[in-house]
Amino acid sequence: MNKPHASNTILYLDGVSVSFDGFKALNDLSLYVEEGELRAIIGPNGAGKTTMMDVITGKTRPDKGDVIFNGGVDLTQLDEAAIANLGIGRKFQKPTVFENHTVFDNLELALKGHRRPQSSLFFRLSGEQQYRINEVLGIIALTDVHMMQAGSLSHGQKQWLEIGMLLMQDPDLLLVDEPVAGMTDAETEATAVLLKDIAKTRSVVVVEHDMVFVKSLDCRVNVLHEGSVLAEGSLDVVQQNEQVIEVYLGR
Amino acid sequence: MTHQPLLLRIVKEPMAVSLLSVLILAAFLVPMLNLMLPSDSAFHVPSYVVTLLGKYLTYALLALSVDLVWGYCGILSLGHGAFFALGGYAMGMYMMRQIGDRGVYGNAELPDFMVFLNWQELPWYWYGFDSFGFAMLMVVLVPGLLAFVFGWFAFRSRVTGVYLSIITQAMTYALLLAFFRNDMGFGGNNGLTDFKDILGFGLQTDGMRATLFFLSAMAVVTGYLVCRFIVDSRLGRVIVAIRDAESRTRFLGYRVEYYKLFVFTVSAVLAGIAGALYVPQVGIINPSEFSPANSIEIVIWVALGGRGSLTGPIIGALVVNYAKSYFTGALPEVWLFMLGGLFIFSTLFLPKGLVGTKAISDAFEEQRLRLAKFLRPYDYAEGGEGR
Repeated sequence: MNKPHASNTILYLDGVSVSFDGFKALNDLSLYVEEGELRAIIGPNGAGKTTMMDVITGKTRPDKGDVIFNGGVDLTQLDEAAIANLGIGRKFQKPTVFENHTVFDNLELALKGHRRPQSSLFFRLSGEQQYRINEVLGIIALTDVHMMQAGSLSHGQKQWLEIGMLLMQDPDLLLVDEPVAGMTDAETEATAVLLKDIAKTRSVVVVEHDMVFVKSLDCRVNVLHEGSVLAEGSLDVVQQNEQVIEVYLGR
Repeated sequence: MTHQPLLLRIVKEPMAVSLLSVLILAAFLVPMLNLMLPSDSAFHVPSYVVTLLGKYLTYALLALSVDLVWGYCGILSLGHGAFFALGGYAMGMYMMRQIGDRGVYGNAELPDFMVFLNWQELPWYWYGFDSFGFAMLMVVLVPGLLAFVFGWFAFRSRVTGVYLSIITQAMTYALLLAFFRNDMGFGGNNGLTDFKDILGFGLQTDGMRATLFFLSAMAVVTGYLVCRFIVDSRLGRVIVAIRDAESRTRFLGYRVEYYKLFVFTVSAVLAGIAGALYVPQVGIINPSEFSPANSIEIVIWVALGGRGSLTGPIIGALVVNYAKSYFTGALPEVWLFMLGGLFIFSTLFLPKGLVGTKAISDAFEEQRLRLAKFLRPYDYAEGGEGR
């Protein structure tokens, strides 16, 4: 795990610590993701995976450490909206879509740009944007239900809709928290294919528990434990690691 | 995703069409029946009824303003009575200045209550209220500005939910206490009253009462159209998104506080206009309008009528206030129990309010489909739902 220069990375976390009432959620965490990389993060409950996502997306300020995006933007100084508009999209652990809006409107709201109130008051969808929404509807296989309320979708469909919303944002970096939780095997497989496809053009960080899924992603893996990185490498390599077996896999 | 003009969208909704037609029809018909028919005619509408209905309509506009922030953006304001009262005070100040030397003390420079308090000159913040235009500007500006400043601090600090409700309640209570003080210069406990006229037309004349009724009805219609334009726009979809999943909206890159600030300010302006129409019809404005209980009552109207729909709060305000007039006359001691009961009832059994009850929404849905089939027969040829 050589420390690269920040300017060569899409995401650079160095020596990041966060504590809540004395509990160290992140403890000197260092993690570097290269541009265009697909990266999986695994770790037992309480390892700090979600806190790490919160730090990157501006929800939680780190006590110390550097969080740098795209080789030079200091994320610790920005709020959630600013970070999202820089090009970091986040999918939550629990699928969070706008339940009272249609699938189509969910995607439309995620459409890149047009974030100011005055422009959204008089906003009209252009043909090009409509085309893009239809394209994404196809990618996430929700074309047939695009007029349905998002609240009436199945759990797996909501997960996909949320990934679709990420795509509409057109981010450079996607943070995906447990995308296959509650999915059937077939859906899990399809999700792996989708994420690998997305990773061809963007950087993707996936947090996941499901080992079969992580294996099918076939990418570098970081194991988090007690707020810092325990091991890094391919899944096969980290699975051989004594410490990893002890804290996580061997339970 | 529909880009049809606003009016075309409304025409397709029987409930909105019915309500707006009734309002517009009433705006013309009620004044005509009052002014043109002799008072012994069976169809004559007495002047006191005109004024009473006009008062209900200003409440309907107020309910609409609360619904915009609560029903659509999830901001439960328990202080909207304050914006209503401020609009009312601005109107009241204009009418006080119109009294001129016709007051009890005959002082052309100062309103009666200032003479009574031995004030020598008009406080600076009363300047300009001789002018109708300036006063109307203040009707909009004062509530709008207060909402903007209040919202700026509250929404930036991410005060939400019950905490926000509590501070809105505190805001209106603070204003209540302030306006009670004689040295604030707004008439203290007694408020502003003894109004004579607006733009030279006597307030007690039938013509003026009918005009105020007309303006109130049209204000509700205009308020509906403004709110409808907002909630049908993309901005409207964003505020509903904020209501349902605030942090998701933030992570999509929306500055939630700006959106909240926008709807909160627009809503306060609507409430201020409602207050300005209310005061000349009831003839008085005093600090009791700021009382926290008033603001809570508005929420009951909206909850009963149906929040998150624009027709609901209008109907709720009219129904509850009609019931209030009736029962405070017939059974005065039970009214407050009924009001409390109504709130509990609507919370438990009518989560979508009167307009959301199955019987009513089904009836209108049937009308809507029939209308849609009439307008676009080809879409329905296969027996499909169309859209």
